[in-house]
Amino acid sequence: MTDAELAELVKSTLIKVAPDLEGEVFAADKVFREQFEVDSMDLLNFFIALHQATGIDIPERDYGKLETLSGCVAYLKAKGYEQ
Amino acid sequence: MTKTRNITYRDAVREALIEALERDPRVFLMGEDVGRYGGAYACSKGLLGKFGEERIRDTPLSELGFVGAGIGAALGGMRPIVEIMTVNFSLLALDQIVNNAATLRHMSGGQLSVPIVIRMATGAGRQLAAQHSHSFECWYAHVPGIRVVAPATVADARGMLSTALLDPDPVIIFEHATLYNDEGEVAAKGDLDVDLDKAATRRPGNDATLITYGGSLKKCLAAAEALAADGISCEVIDLRTLRPLDDAAIMASVRRTHRAVIVDEGWRSGSLAAEISARIMEQALYDLDAPVARVCSAEVPIPYPRHLEIAATPQPETIIGAVRGVLRR
Amino acid sequence: MIEFRMPSLGADMDAGTLVEWLKKPGDPVRRGDIIAVVETQKGAIEIEVFDDGVLDATLAKPGEKVPVGHVIATIRRIDEAPGRAGGAPLATVEPAKAAPAATTPKEAAPLSRPEIPTLHSAVTPAARRRAAELGIDLTAIKPGSDGVVGLEQVEAVKRPGPERGPAGISFEEMRKAIAAAMAKSHREIPHYYVSSMIDVSPLIAWLEAENARRLVPARLLYAVPLIRALALALAKTPELNGHYIDERFVPAEHVNMGIAIAMRGGGLIAPAICKVETLSMDLLMDKLRDLVARVRGGRLRSSELSEGTVTFSNLGEETADEVLPLIYPPQVAIIGCGKIAERPWVSEGKVIVRRTLTVSVAGDHRVNDGRRAAQFLSRLEQLLRSPATL
Repeated sequence: MTDAELAELVKSTLIKVAPDLEGEVFAADKVFREQFEVDSMDLLNFFIALHQATGIDIPERDYGKLETLSGCVAYLKAKGYEQ
Repeated sequence: MTKTRNITYRDAVREALIEALERDPRVFLMGEDVGRYGGAYACSKGLLGKFGEERIRDTPLSELGFVGAGIGAALGGMRPIVEIMTVNFSLLALDQIVNNAATLRHMSGGQLSVPIVIRMATGAGRQLAAQHSHSFECWYAHVPGIRVVAPATVADARGMLSTALLDPDPVIIFEHATLYNDEGEVAAKGDLDVDLDKAATRRPGNDATLITYGGSLKKCLAAAEALAADGISCEVIDLRTLRPLDDAAIMASVRRTHRAVIVDEGWRSGSLAAEISARIMEQALYDLDAPVARVCSAEVPIPYPRHLEIAATPQPETIIGAVRGVLRR
Repeated sequence: MIEFRMPSLGADMDAGTLVEWLKKPGDPVRRGDIIAVVETQKGAIEIEVFDDGVLDATLAKPGEKVPVGHVIATIRRIDEAPGRAGGAPLATVEPAKAAPAATTPKEAAPLSRPEIPTLHSAVTPAARRRAAELGIDLTAIKPGSDGVVGLEQVEAVKRPGPERGPAGISFEEMRKAIAAAMAKSHREIPHYYVSSMIDVSPLIAWLEAENARRLVPARLLYAVPLIRALALALAKTPELNGHYIDERFVPAEHVNMGIAIAMRGGGLIAPAICKVETLSMDLLMDKLRDLVARVRGGRLRSSELSEGTVTFSNLGEETADEVLPLIYPPQVAIIGCGKIAERPWVSEGKVIVRRTLTVSVAGDHRVNDGRRAAQFLSRLEQLLRSPATL
């Protein structure tokens, strides 16, 4: 998958969890929590959805790497996500 | 990805005949003008030269006689393909078909079987006027003891004959006369035989189900395409087998879309559409959001002038109107 | 015959608009069944019955605004005889403005004899079946222009549901409701506050170890063991858990903890998770997740809004250190938490860094006092020191 495709996957996963984010502009390097009103429940649901979509388990200590869109893309690439 | 090739319906029928004649020495073709003339619709062009007079047999102008002879040949262990030029002339052979072909197994307690395949051209649309434009598929579909199929696509024209020849009981194949020049796809190679038991969904959809067969299929597809532009999504079902009907396919679709429109070139009264409508009422009444609609030919002898012939038979415009009617929009 | 009355779904609610009946006369009902949907300032709420029986008659029509306490339906017990056909029509408050319900039927027949509906239009079989599935009264459906009631007409009857999201909730109305409740709280309840900074490093350490063992879908938020600890601590200080009604305190048998949940775009609502003290952490996590989803989707139940016995307001991460919240009447306490952060802590004469959390308790001084609140906090601290025992 290209970076652009990975970014789309991350975006659509977050939107699935928080449908009212549909249509929002995603700044690649801004922390989700600052860009949008998402709380820890939303983020946990997002990690779960990401886990279910990619099969990659995300240990808690890695949550910090998934705070931004670019962070998520880099993380998925690093974990070797090809699909 | 299997490669496909584009051939005409006529070519498909011819190829199917050639394949059948090559596969089984018991198979032979008989009918008016099938040999020297190459077939009234050119389906057997060149076959006389290829297979000889024993296997490509021109018959006298006597449907009752040669259909009877075909039945006799079948009883005797042959696998005849009897071509009746059109369904209009088959009326002359009804007694043989209904009283012999359809009943001998029953009347003989299973001792006799009639593995005959009868091919007929059918339908209106070529200005052949009242006596030569009939659609009597429903009459044959009414008779127990025979199977009735209507290939509406090139692939079915190519594949149904073979399967029909394997049936130990009579099979009648209706080829709509306006289809012979149409082009369609068949696989480039491999087994092209198709089943004779199931209807086919030619176009998936959600808002209404169009149920049809034979020459009306392309009109239904044209109507569905036009309606799609208006946001109405029609599912188009090609019945393929008219006796027995594939109830399961019909009901599965109607239960989903809640609306049925049957397009049948026969006259409405006592039509196949009426039978299908009754079955839908029996099996899916509580799923219906509107009465079942039927688009059939006007109850007049089919006219000769082109504009009247068009007005008297189902057309994409009238099909569209019927779909809008069941949708109440 | 049991009289089912319009419930109060908030401290300041005095009337609700009936949106639709989800059961019809003749239907059996069991305790907990959702019988109707009512529109309030807080949005569309599903209301439940508390008795077993058969719905005898409905006495309010979709679109009617009914004062709290008025009878809106009657339920007969299994062995009772049916009531009179067409029970006394309700004296209603002025008809609600364009309510998001089916348009009112042309004839004002009360909905008590559905076996003989007065239909002036044709109803398709599919529509009839769908209306039955949804519990929509056919006589209340407006037919299409050709006089036919089809699937389209049935589906058009507006129903609140998860597929519509929070569209049914007006944030304007919600803020008004919150304003009214908070003003009442501030006006009538003598608040006092007690706070405690608690070392939650053991809690976080335990949680991290716990979550490390679990795959993502099974992980717990720190709010879960915290809520569990709160519930256990409340068991020892029952004066903080219950209602102040008619000038006296009614202690509650269980801890039904209201969870303050923010809605995106503004708006705060505190539906309750019932009997929290009986729930395992996994179950609690599921219920919390479900509750948040339903708040965001605009689909809550009446029992969730009226049965809270205490409320927990967790500001969560990235926010302030401490919160001093207002009590939701008629509750008598509310517990607030600020953010967990690393802060300086003194242990054995030395300054070290620990993860700490400031927990505040606001209490109703008519019912409880600082000493009890402090005891509660101290018990809480004790529980949080050994999270494995929670």
